[in-house]
Amino acid sequence: MNKTNHLTIDNVTLAYGQEDIVHNVSLSLSKGEIGCLLGPSGCGKSTLLRSIAGFEQVKTGTIKMKDQVLSTVGKTLPTEKRNIGMVFQDIALFPHLTIADNITFGIKTWSRKDQKVRVEELLQLVGLPEVEERYPHSLSGGQQQRIALARAMAPKPDLLLLDEPFSGLDANLRETLVPEIRDILRKEEMSAILVTHDQMEAFAMADKVAVMQAGRIQQCGSAFNIYHEPKTRFVADFIGLGEFLKGSIKDEYSVDSVLGCLVGDEPLGYAPGTSVELLIRPDDIQHCEDSPLTGRIVSKWFRGSHYLYHVQLDNEEVLPCITACHHDHDVGEDLGISIELDHLVVLPMCDPETGVCDLQEAEVVQAQAISLK
Amino acid sequence: MSVVKTSKRTNRISGLSLSSLLIVLILALPIAVIIGFVFKGSVDVFSHLYDTVLIDYVTNSLLLMFGVGAGVLLLGIPTAWLTSVCDFPGRKIFAWALLLPLAVPAYIIAYTYTGLLDYAGPVQVAIREITGLGYGEYWFFEIRSLPGAVVMLALVLYPYVYLLSRAAFLEQSASTLEVSRTLGYNQWQGLFKLALPLARPAIIAGLTLALMETLADYGTVQYFGVSTFTTGIFRTFYGFGDSAAAAQLAAFLLGFVALLVLVEKYSRRKARYHSSAEYKAKAKLIPLAGWKAAMAYFICLIPVLFGFLIPAIQLAYWSFTQADLSDGAFAQLAWNSFYLAFLAALIAVGFALILAYAKRLNPRKIVSFSVATAGMGYALPGTIIAVGVIIPFAWLDHQLIALASNWFGVDLGLILSGTLVALLFAYTVRFLAVSLGAVQSGLDKIKPSLDGAARTLGSTPLQVLRQIHVPLMKSSVLTALLIVFVDVLKELPATLILRPFNFNTLAVRAFELASDERLVDAAPASLLIVVVGLLPVILLSRSIAKGRTGS
Repeated sequence: MNKTNHLTIDNVTLAYGQEDIVHNVSLSLSKGEIGCLLGPSGCGKSTLLRSIAGFEQVKTGTIKMKDQVLSTVGKTLPTEKRNIGMVFQDIALFPHLTIADNITFGIKTWSRKDQKVRVEELLQLVGLPEVEERYPHSLSGGQQQRIALARAMAPKPDLLLLDEPFSGLDANLRETLVPEIRDILRKEEMSAILVTHDQMEAFAMADKVAVMQAGRIQQCGSAFNIYHEPKTRFVADFIGLGEFLKGSIKDEYSVDSVLGCLVGDEPLGYAPGTSVELLIRPDDIQHCEDSPLTGRIVSKWFRGSHYLYHVQLDNEEVLPCITACHHDHDVGEDLGISIELDHLVVLPMCDPETGVCDLQEAEVVQAQAISLK
Repeated sequence: MSVVKTSKRTNRISGLSLSSLLIVLILALPIAVIIGFVFKGSVDVFSHLYDTVLIDYVTNSLLLMFGVGAGVLLLGIPTAWLTSVCDFPGRKIFAWALLLPLAVPAYIIAYTYTGLLDYAGPVQVAIREITGLGYGEYWFFEIRSLPGAVVMLALVLYPYVYLLSRAAFLEQSASTLEVSRTLGYNQWQGLFKLALPLARPAIIAGLTLALMETLADYGTVQYFGVSTFTTGIFRTFYGFGDSAAAAQLAAFLLGFVALLVLVEKYSRRKARYHSSAEYKAKAKLIPLAGWKAAMAYFICLIPVLFGFLIPAIQLAYWSFTQADLSDGAFAQLAWNSFYLAFLAALIAVGFALILAYAKRLNPRKIVSFSVATAGMGYALPGTIIAVGVIIPFAWLDHQLIALASNWFGVDLGLILSGTLVALLFAYTVRFLAVSLGAVQSGLDKIKPSLDGAARTLGSTPLQVLRQIHVPLMKSSVLTALLIVFVDVLKELPATLILRPFNFNTLAVRAFELASDERLVDAAPASLLIVVVGLLPVILLSRSIAKGRTGS
């Protein structure tokens, strides 16, 4: 086990009644690191977070922080003794207390003076000075969420848990608040775990993202990694935009597709002739006026800084393509495209008859694409 | 006590859940006794009842329900629709004033109108003076009759329909109605094709509540001499001293009530389904002017005038000009009523808190089920509860007396059935649901994440209770206390049956005096009941007004 681990979740299973919700999850977080549990609703990410807070008992496994066991089978350290801060989805400010009283709720044992200093310091930090005497209902949603963060950070917890803290806020507010809160956490060198179903939030906040599905961790790594080097079909599908393109293994290193022969820098691990699928991200396909490869535009989506086109190739397959804004083409036109593929992501084929992909968790092979023939 | 459940996997039953189960078991005793008599009772008793009175009771009760049902719909729905969808002078005042009749118990309005409308009353005297006709030479509405009882009950029970259907109308999203406009329906078609059908579950819920009260009513029908189940149970119990027959009748009545409860539950389930839309655009009110506004005003005025203003003014007039208060008994009556009501309120709210917290902390099926069962008492007529209480309590008392005299040679007396214990027990059974409703709605507002936030900030479960729950629950607990207090103050039939010898309350005394045709002397006690009864109505109207500030 890594010595610098701040939080260690080791082989944890969680259950409601007889039903297991989270299966054998292991994760670790270093000091000052921001982790993220990312997944669709019902994947068990919030339950896992609540078990770290001590609201749920573990069925198997242990949760440790700073070499102290927080939870293990049959023993759960009470929440109030864990020195953990938490920000809730519904904000949960105490409606009957002023902002100052909300923030000092967890530091009542401090001296008056220290409390006052801490409140001022935190309000400064979250950019809301001079709201001490106001009540939660008089603040806007974003302001309330910042106060909730200040309240959770007031006792200088060892770990901050954020349970979908932005999901109740509107998109504009979210866009400004997310980086703001990340900067606050960075400044305080706060170790934190964020739970979210929004990958943009995860990318913006986290050093380390764990993608969860059906109670299991599908992949854990940097945002860049899980986007470009997905390890399972679920991750490939859930994270980012993209299309799956049919291909056929040519030899150990290369795969044939309608885009030509793609060669990786590592063995792909399939027998020659195997039908596979390739993950194609919109940024893998570039618009190129005089490319011999063209596709007919079937849809067009203005996205502000660029257009996202979908083009249909001769064999009916559809690829995404991002172009700069001045490349304004109409649906039905032919678009010249070229391939700028860095990461070769090869997936096992869905059942071509039924289209069923019961291979969501199947291993994905990836390699740096080194050349295109 | 753990305020945040630490795990949903905990399999041991906490002390709290255990006490909640115990409470429910004890409170289910009266019902169990009544149901027990269904199976235990002899066929003879029943066939005798059938031959003599049962047909009468069933017919009268059905006629009463039918009449009151039509009455409350007629008074409740148009007023609810006018005050929630239309704009006309006085709308805001009517919105809360239409609730005022809730404060008047049916038996009080019944004898107030009797005093006004019978042969010696001011109305008939005036008719005779103006026309010069004498006794029997003109037709006048006989108030002391089944139709009279229908009118009286409808006048004070329509607010149930008004309240629930108004809430439904207000909840209907403007966009729903606007969609119907874009599809070519005008406002009136929209009302009949959309607004009313959408509000139907709420209307039915209000109707069943009013009908439950109708079945439970004893004072009005007894005073008007209409034979129904409740008066029958009384007569069998007191007149013939036949508790088995009384319990059989009670069981029969219970069947009626159970049917209404089922209908109500069913319609509520649908009501919840209908109001699931998250965002509700506020509808623009339909402005009324000219004769339409006058009509609306008139339609809303009638229930308030006849259901509250006239009886209240008459009671005040009697109380302050003619009533005889010289014997000082009034203060004693008021004291009796108040401390009894206060004690009952404390017990009911205490139990409600235990049940509500047990459900919150340990949301198992059995706890939820027992909480739901505890809430059923409100549907039970006071007469049924009284019979269901007195039979087991009297039996227990006799066992205790025998035991005490055999073993210790002392005469215990009736320590359960002859004291306030029986009365308080019956009140708790009947009014626990009311306090439970208020307490639960308060507790629902404390989101579980508040508990979680406090725990992550280092509070122990007890500290969470003290620092978060007590301050936040204060107002709902006070509301619960007030509602039970007022309900107990107004309660008549159970008090009549279960009160200790020579123990009188305002309600009982007012009813006795009225039955002795001393209407004027009954007025002060009645007026006090009505005035105190206004408190929760004011609370209710304030919360309604608050809900409206958005528009």
